[in-house]
Amino acid sequence: MNYRNFAAWIFLIVVAVFMIFSMFKIHDFGSLDDIDTSMDDHIISNAQTETGANNAVTSVVFDYRGFDTLGEATVLFTAVAGVILAFRRLKK
Amino acid sequence: MSGMSKIVKTMTNIIFPIIVIFGLYVIAHGHLTPGGGFQGGAVVASACAMVLVAYGSIWTMDKIKEKQLSLIESIGAVSFISLGLLGLIFGAMFFNNWFANSNFFLFGEIASWTNTAANINTAGVLPLMNFAVGLKVIAGLFAIVLVMAYATSKIKGGKQ
Amino acid sequence: MDLSTFAYNAPYFAVVALVLIGLYAIIFRRNLIKIVIGITLIESGVNLFLITLGYREGSVAPIFTGASDEVTSGIPQTMALPVPQALTLTSIVIGVAVLALMLSFIIHIYRHYNTLDVRKITGGDEE
Repeated sequence: MNYRNFAAWIFLIVVAVFMIFSMFKIHDFGSLDDIDTSMDDHIISNAQTETGANNAVTSVVFDYRGFDTLGEATVLFTAVAGVILAFRRLKK
Repeated sequence: MSGMSKIVKTMTNIIFPIIVIFGLYVIAHGHLTPGGGFQGGAVVASACAMVLVAYGSIWTMDKIKEKQLSLIESIGAVSFISLGLLGLIFGAMFFNNWFANSNFFLFGEIASWTNTAANINTAGVLPLMNFAVGLKVIAGLFAIVLVMAYATSKIKGGKQ
Repeated sequence: MDLSTFAYNAPYFAVVALVLIGLYAIIFRRNLIKIVIGITLIESGVNLFLITLGYREGSVAPIFTGASDEVTSGIPQTMALPVPQALTLTSIVIGVAVLALMLSFIIHIYRHYNTLDVRKITGGDEE
């Protein structure tokens, strides 16, 4: 029997057992009673007076966590530069 | 790749402005309704991909070079980072929202607590950042699709 | 979780199914395009898991425009958490960027080797 197929099946079964077993230990869908949500409560309560926007998700993306959006814009710019660079030689 | 028939081109001419206007609406109302820069930019980029499929990649590459698209994307990126640096100059913090709730004439009305009416004149720096990110996403996604479609029509042994 | 609320946790079942099917496609398929589809499936599973973590029972979206009176009187207990949704936005855009780069490299590999079979390209054990 092929060694590579045997090792690949063992790996897949170990990962599947781990994920299914840990799914039974996670909290129920929708019950956040024993989880500390103080940061999100502060954001929902004070987003309209501090930033002036009605949308709490946009104020988190651009105002409270604007530095992550700067990193994401850099990743998008690098991907476009890489794709155009990979096809330059075809157009001469 | 070559273009499609006359019926497809006529319908694309009719539908394309409607989709672009809807995408610009989603970008502009990002601080009031669900949406924003990334979501609206993806809608407009899919309208541009529809034009690319209907008219063929060789015709589209004749009309729009990718140098113009990369210029538009660079304008979007530079304006996004300069809005962050202006927050450093005027408010002593990077990405500070320095004219929210300050009675500025552009985007600065004061928003009261639990006001459920949608006033577009609020929220300071946020709509300008939405426009900058929307420009970047439109130009970037259109350039990726255009370059890859043009390159596959030049592969040796592929269909012309 | 006990057996009476077993069916309420359906999003977690979907996450586990997506990740396992994507992992099977990466390990056991020979075509390069099918391997890339497997990577995209794992990415979709992780994004779904991020959104599922931020839901409160009987809550609405965290937007104040057009909200009814019984929502604005019980703040912040009647709104979902906004921070996981913002992190999922970033993750989706990064997934699109990585997918574009992978596909452009597949076009180059096809031009050079004239085949898309992984076993023939790497020259491993010939079966």
